[in-house]
Amino acid sequence: MNWLSPGEVDALRLSLSVATRSVMFSLGPAILLAWLLARRRFPGRTLLDTVVHLPLVLPPVMVGYLLLLLFGTRGPIGGWLERVLGIELIFTRNGAALATAVMSFPLMVRAMRISLENIDRGLEDAARTLGAGAIDRFASITLPLMLPGVLAGAITAFSAALGEFGAVITFVSNIPGETRTLPLALYTALQTPGGDRAAARLACLSLALGLAGLLLSEYFARRMRLVLGR
Amino acid sequence: MLSVAVAKQRGSFALDASFELPTPGVVALFGRSGSGKSTLVNVIAGLLRADSGQVTLDDAALLDTRRHIDMPPERRRIGYVFQDARLFPHLRVAANLNYGQRRAAGAAYVNFDMVVGLLDLDGLLQRRVHELSGGERQRVAIGRALLSQPRLLLLDEPLAALDAARREEVLPYLETLRDRLAIPMVYVSHNFDEVLRLATHVVLMVAGRAVAQGGIGAMSLDPQLRAIIGPDAVGAIVEGTVLGPDSGGLTRVQVGSGELKVQAVGLEPGAKLRVQLLARDVIVAVQPPQGLSVRNALPGRVVDISSDDTESDLIAVDVGGTRIMARITQAATRELGLAVGSAVWALVKSVSLRGHYYSTRVPR
Repeated sequence: MNWLSPGEVDALRLSLSVATRSVMFSLGPAILLAWLLARRRFPGRTLLDTVVHLPLVLPPVMVGYLLLLLFGTRGPIGGWLERVLGIELIFTRNGAALATAVMSFPLMVRAMRISLENIDRGLEDAARTLGAGAIDRFASITLPLMLPGVLAGAITAFSAALGEFGAVITFVSNIPGETRTLPLALYTALQTPGGDRAAARLACLSLALGLAGLLLSEYFARRMRLVLGR
Repeated sequence: MLSVAVAKQRGSFALDASFELPTPGVVALFGRSGSGKSTLVNVIAGLLRADSGQVTLDDAALLDTRRHIDMPPERRRIGYVFQDARLFPHLRVAANLNYGQRRAAGAAYVNFDMVVGLLDLDGLLQRRVHELSGGERQRVAIGRALLSQPRLLLLDEPLAALDAARREEVLPYLETLRDRLAIPMVYVSHNFDEVLRLATHVVLMVAGRAVAQGGIGAMSLDPQLRAIIGPDAVGAIVEGTVLGPDSGGLTRVQVGSGELKVQAVGLEPGAKLRVQLLARDVIVAVQPPQGLSVRNALPGRVVDISSDDTESDLIAVDVGGTRIMARITQAATRELGLAVGSAVWALVKSVSLRGHYYSTRVPR
């Protein structure tokens, strides 16, 4: 990759690392939430649904600020994490992953929930009559059938995580090699005199990654439809 | 013995039904659509919760609201074949079949190879579910249910989504299960032909209630059943014993104290079979018949005269312990002076063989 400067390669690597962590953090909770919202009726369900979707409509900077309040060194959760588990979030790539996870969470839950709602519940009843208990049913029937949604959600969230800017820069700042992901590097290049070419390269890179993500997501969705004969 | 007595309110529809089935046996829940057959079956399976009542299978309480017993469906060991098959689309046929077997509790009485053999599934095992025809789907669904080693098999209109040809393709397999495995079955249908082929008992459902029930022979004479199947399908179902071939290539079958000749081949003397004598194909004579082309004449006594419409009478004739029915005009009833107790000959114009031997094997 000699057409990229070492700093740009770092930014690319970091972005991929942050996005991977972000998806890994949110996958489990997203499946659980999608299932709760699609299948369960409980008080506060609408409120929960709204809260999950909030990052879609709030300014990212505000989400970053909220994270700072909660997960900062003096925040109620951040302080505890640092004291008890020794996990530092602020100014670290894990912090960047948390910020992107929160921002892309609604996209993930949405994709999973839609595929979950499309599953014929009669299949779960059939599994019941064949002796499958609740967890068994979820693992052997529900989860495999919602897999297209899980995959699509994960890929979309990954792509979105690569591009998250506001929440990241607010929460974990713009530290080269630690929190300077692609969009942050692009922003920095634009702020630097004579950085136009670097900015163009980074923009092209972001575009390519975004396109690849969307195409991949569509490819998996099609493949799954083919397997399931829909 | 399967014993069911349950009540459930669903909106404005009330199910309040009870029936008993000696096992092994096949009970048909028969009735028009909307009569509560499927609801009843779902309550037996445990997929729907009853408001009150009990379901008992061979002395094991699956549901007893008074004793607060409500076994979840996954522990009831009841196989269920749905109208829409409900095969798992992400699994191949073989994995669908194995699904229940791997989770089966209790002793296995059928194994994979046996089920594959009984249902002719050999060529389908590696197929994907969406590559199967409707009839193949139902056969796989039946096999999948059987391999979960159920104590009872529920079939909710398993052939309703199939056309006549496909139905004919699946029915013989169900007969085989009845005769070879002796597994008790509850068969939901609104098609009386299927009921005739498969059931040993019939429960007639009307508006959420079991209004009549009994053995298929007795039920074939039931007035409420007659009202549903229509005048042309009314006829006695009788059980006969094969006596042997006659000189003309027909098979002689003993029915009551008389003898019928049936078009059938390859039946061993002593085999049991079920024949249907449609009321419109039976005539009544008050003298011994002579010079007639009808081959089948059964001597008997009139035991009942009733009417479903304004023109014709249904004459029930006891022929040596077996009841058959004849439909004649009301004018003919008067002219012949028929009354309960009259000695008559029932002349049967045609006999439909409604299948086959049934199993007299004892349950496992």
